[in-house]
Parts: sequence; C-alpha cells; structure tokens
Amino acid sequence: MSAALPHTAIERFVANLKAIPNNLRAATLRGGTPNTDRSRSSFVFGNVFLHLHPVRVHRWSLRWTTTFGLGIMATAAFLITLVTGVLLMFYYKPYPDAAYISIKDIHFVVPTGRFIRNIHRWAANVMVVAVLLHMARAFYTGAYRKPREFNWLIGMGLLVTTLGLSFTGYLLPWDQLAYWAITIGANIAQSPREVTDALNLTESFDPGGLQKLLLLGSSEVGEEALIRFFLLHVMLLPLVLFGLAAVHFWRIRKDGGLVRPANADEILGPRTEAYPVFTEAPKKTYQLAAIVKGKTAAVGKGPENTLPSMPHLFYAELGILMLTAGICLALAMVSDAPLKELANPAVPENPAKAPWYFLGLQELVAHSAFMGGIGIPSIVLIGLGLIPFLDRETAGTGEWFGGPGGKPLVLQAIVVGLGSAIAIEAVAIQFGWIREWFPKAPQLLITLINPGTVLTLVYALYSVWLVKKHDSTRAGALGLFTCFLCGFALLTLIGTYFRGPNWNFYWSPADWPAH
Amino acid sequence: MTVTPTPARSRLDPEPMPRRDFLGLASLWAAASTMVFAAIGMLRLPKAAVLASPSKKFKVNLPESLPQGEGFVPPGRSVAVFKDKEGVYAVSLICTHLGCIVKQTQTGFDCPCHGSRFALDGTVIKGPAPAPLKWHKVAVSGSSVTVDEESSVPAGTKVQA
Repeated sequence: MSAALPHTAIERFVANLKAIPNNLRAATLRGGTPNTDRSRSSFVFGNVFLHLHPVRVHRWSLRWTTTFGLGIMATAAFLITLVTGVLLMFYYKPYPDAAYISIKDIHFVVPTGRFIRNIHRWAANVMVVAVLLHMARAFYTGAYRKPREFNWLIGMGLLVTTLGLSFTGYLLPWDQLAYWAITIGANIAQSPREVTDALNLTESFDPGGLQKLLLLGSSEVGEEALIRFFLLHVMLLPLVLFGLAAVHFWRIRKDGGLVRPANADEILGPRTEAYPVFTEAPKKTYQLAAIVKGKTAAVGKGPENTLPSMPHLFYAELGILMLTAGICLALAMVSDAPLKELANPAVPENPAKAPWYFLGLQELVAHSAFMGGIGIPSIVLIGLGLIPFLDRETAGTGEWFGGPGGKPLVLQAIVVGLGSAIAIEAVAIQFGWIREWFPKAPQLLITLINPGTVLTLVYALYSVWLVKKHDSTRAGALGLFTCFLCGFALLTLIGTYFRGPNWNFYWSPADWPAH
Repeated sequence: MTVTPTPARSRLDPEPMPRRDFLGLASLWAAASTMVFAAIGMLRLPKAAVLASPSKKFKVNLPESLPQGEGFVPPGRSVAVFKDKEGVYAVSLICTHLGCIVKQTQTGFDCPCHGSRFALDGTVIKGPAPAPLKWHKVAVSGSSVTVDEESSVPAGTKVQA
C-alpha cells in the first residue's frame, strides 16, 4: 500500500470496503497463503482443527501400502454418520411406537429421508469394517510396539465404542429386528447370573441383574430402554468417541508418526522430485532446551525424509474422505436399510439376528450366554490389550507381517484358525455338545466347556506353541491375532448365512422350513 | 536439589514431610476422593428404584375345552396355562437363555432364538438354556385363574380348582 492514504473518511470507508476480501482472507489464514514450507507449517499449527496433524509427514507414511488409509476411512465414516445422524434427529422421536412411525416417515415421506437413513446405516457398517481392518493393519505392521502401546489400548477403546454405537443405534427403529436383538443383548448383560445361579449366589451378589437394570432402566425392553439407548447413541458414546479419537490422533504424532521400518529411508530411495525443503531460514531461535530432554531435533542431522502435511497429507486425507463418502452413497443407492414390523414383545423374530458384526458373538452365545457373550469377549479384549506388553521385540517393526515366522506363519495360522473353528463347529452342529451327550451334566460344566471356550483354548495353546517353536513372542502374537480374525470371520459367516429358524444349521435359506 | 545421604529409616519412623507438601497432597487427595464419590453418586441415578412396567398379575378365564397337555396362552402374556387332573399350573414362556418367547410344540417348547428345547414341564432337553422354564404361582376360583408372572413356584406345583 504505497499509494497515498485517502484523505476523507468516506474515501477510507470505500477503500476498506474494497479491501474486505483481502483482509478477510488475511484474518482467516493467519500464516498467509501456504506456499512456502514455513507458511505451510504455520497453516497447520495455527489452525485449531488441523493442529492434531503433524506439520511435516514422513514419505513412508504417505505410501498406500503403509496404511491403506484405513484409519482415515474409519474417521471419515464416523463424520458421515455424524452429519446424517443429526439430520435424522430432525424427525426421530425416541418413544415406543412413535419411534417406529417416525422412522417410517423418514423412510417414506421425508424428502431424501430414505437416502439419508441408508447413508447413515451404510456409513456405520463401513466404519465397523474400517476399524477392524485398521486394527489388523496396526497389528500386522507391528504398530502396537513401544512407544505405541498406549495408543493400541486407546484404539481398543475406540473399537468397543464403535461397536457400542452400532448396538445402541440398532434399537432406535423400534421394529421387530431391533426389539429382539436388544432383548438378546440385554439378557447377555444379565448372563453372569448363569454362573451366580449355578453357585447359588444371585440373592446376595448379582452383577448380571445390575448390568441389565442399568442398560434397560426396567426389567424389559420398553420406553426406559429406548430413551437410554437414544441418549447413549446420540450423546454419550459420540462424546466418548471424540475424546478417545482426539487422544488417538494426538498420540500418533507424539509417538513419532506412523510406524516405519528402520531402513525406510533406504527403501524409499532419494527423492525423485524437487520438494521444497527449508526454503526460509528460521527467524528466531527456540530456547526449548530447558524443558525438552535430549538434543534439539535438527542438531547434527540432515533434513528428515519428510514432506509438508499441507498439501501432501491433507490431500490424501481428503481423497479418502471422498472415497468413503462415495462408497456409502453408492451402497445407500442400491440397498435400503431394513425396517420390519412394529416391535411385538409377544412374538420373537425367527431367527432373531443381531447386526452382522455381532453374529459371531451370537454364534458363541448359542452355546453359552455367559461364556459366549461376556467370558470369551473379555478374554479376547484382555488378550489383545496385553499383546503390546507381552511382545517387546523389535525385529520386523513397520513391515507387513514382520518378525520371526513372517508371512508363512500367518498363512499357517489362517489354516489352523479356520480349520479348528470349522472342526469344532462341525462337531457341535453334527453331534451336539455336552447337554446332548450327558443330559445330567451340571450347568457350570456346560457353561465352562462349550465350543467357544474350546476354540479359545485351542487358539491360546497354538500361540504358546508358536512362541516356543520360533523362540519369539511376536510369532505367538501373530498366530493369536490371525486366529482371532479367522475365528471372528468364520463364526460371523456361519451366523449370517447358515443359521435359520431356531438357530438350526441350514446350507441355504431355501432349506428353511415354511412358517 | 542436593541429596545428602541419610541413614535408612524404618517404616514406622518415616522421613518427616514438609508442611506444604502435606497440605498439598492432602488437598489433592481430598479433591480426588470428592470426585470419585461424586461419580458414584451420579451412577446411582440411572439405577432405577421403581421399574416402569405394568402389573404382572393377571386374571384369565380358561377356555371351556382345554385338552390335556396343551397350554392356553392369554393374549399379550408370556405364560402358558395348563389344566389336567391334578390341577391348574402356569409355565413361563420366557426362555431362560436370552429372554426370547418359546413356542409350544407337541412335545414341549422350542426357543426360536438359539435353539433351546424344553420338555412340557419346562426342563431343558437341548441347547444353551441354563435353567428350566419357570413355573408361576396360580390361584383358581371357579373358571377364572389368577397368574402372577413375577412369582415362581417349584416345578410340579399344581393347584386344584
């Protein structure tokens, strides 16, 4: 602004008016246009929404095969459920029968209502899939290891919260599917009674009853349960998810970015393009020595093999967000979210099935409510949580299936995991289990020894054997996790496609008996 | 801070603590325990003291001809009422596994959810159900029967008209 300043207030007013677009832009983008490394950095750390990101990102992190964008996909799917969920709340009424009618209205009357509801449902499904695959990615690349153990635990919290969000959302339509799935779920919460009853303790010690009471606010699924599930679904669990996700993202940064092999720089090779690196000399020196341990980051080191997050990381994230939205929209166009008849407490659905990702659990529950619904899931969660503390090795960190055993071990574990699950399920389906063989067997025995617990034991023994054979805790962890994934997949498959009325086994729904 | 080696003290004669440290720690613990108790207090709220469910006691007139071994299910109730030579009795239709409503068959009851099967007297024959079907308390006066769905009586308790 070298021109002479305007003389009169009116002239200044007009000049200010003209300058509004530029000044607005300057006021918004505090660091100026992000076109140098310096301004790109300040673009990130000067922005409250972006500063969870690192300012610069290692080239390894930007490779497709490092993450396949799965964590971002889960986040994107969550954002989509958030937006569509808020839209659905314009019409949804959390009261029995009214809830059903409002969902029906959303489906048939509200403009774009059906489409928005479909997107909400599909985004929730995409989120569950992405979270599971993201977990598998983190596991197989050894990303749970020191110093990332804590973030692995936070990730498990996010998995449980994601499943909780799905489960609580399932009741809200108040149709037959919802009512009976939640009745089963609430009774799983009550199932510690299976043990306390067998030990004659329920009178004085009844954690199962307390859990069900807290969940439903009543002895059965009714208006109290609906308002509780609504509260959990739209308020409490999203808040928990926000908190955990913020810590999760923050810790990625603080734990040194995404995991990468020690020789990542060698594998990547020299840069092929001329990336701007430190284009401006720093204008001030930072006196952090008093509060930061160790040497200053850049002392004695060349520039790291990193790129500015703006634009490299953000464009990648935006791409994944668009891809996720595209997937959800496409699925929402071809497949409608189900809505069955109004909930009827007198007549259960036959078969009454939970959402697909709980059908593996339902398959376990069909052998024992307590062990299948609470015992084995707790063992699995504790086992997964302990993995980073039991496997303290470093070999193979950052590589897919890295560590002793490697890919052949994973293939073997797939065979063992699927094989033993198929064998045990086949025995149970073909020949029955303890109750059919020894009708007088005590209940505690039937609870403790069932196909689910036997399968868990087989997996545990197999991983211990792997630890011994390869003389490596990573080998055991690889085996255990692979078996867990296989068992989950197989049980889910059986529960989804091969279980019909009365939870009997059928090769195809065409064989189901007529009603 | 300079560290001067001091002779090891016993557990019963610990290092003296500066007054400020003591007060600081005490207030920290006081705040922490206040929050814990507040959290417990807040958790008390969602545990309902009065359950919002309709009365589970109902009166019903049995149909004139009720064949032996065939239960009568009053509309909207999850109970099968039977009548035989020894008297009237009511068997709960709520599966003891995960709360689905069982369906009466020729030989007993089948649960549609996870395949539990019960005999006509409610004992478990097959499947994951951990306990037999409940028997409810009944009171008979003339042709009308009062059933209390919240009560339970030992299996085999039949009431004469």
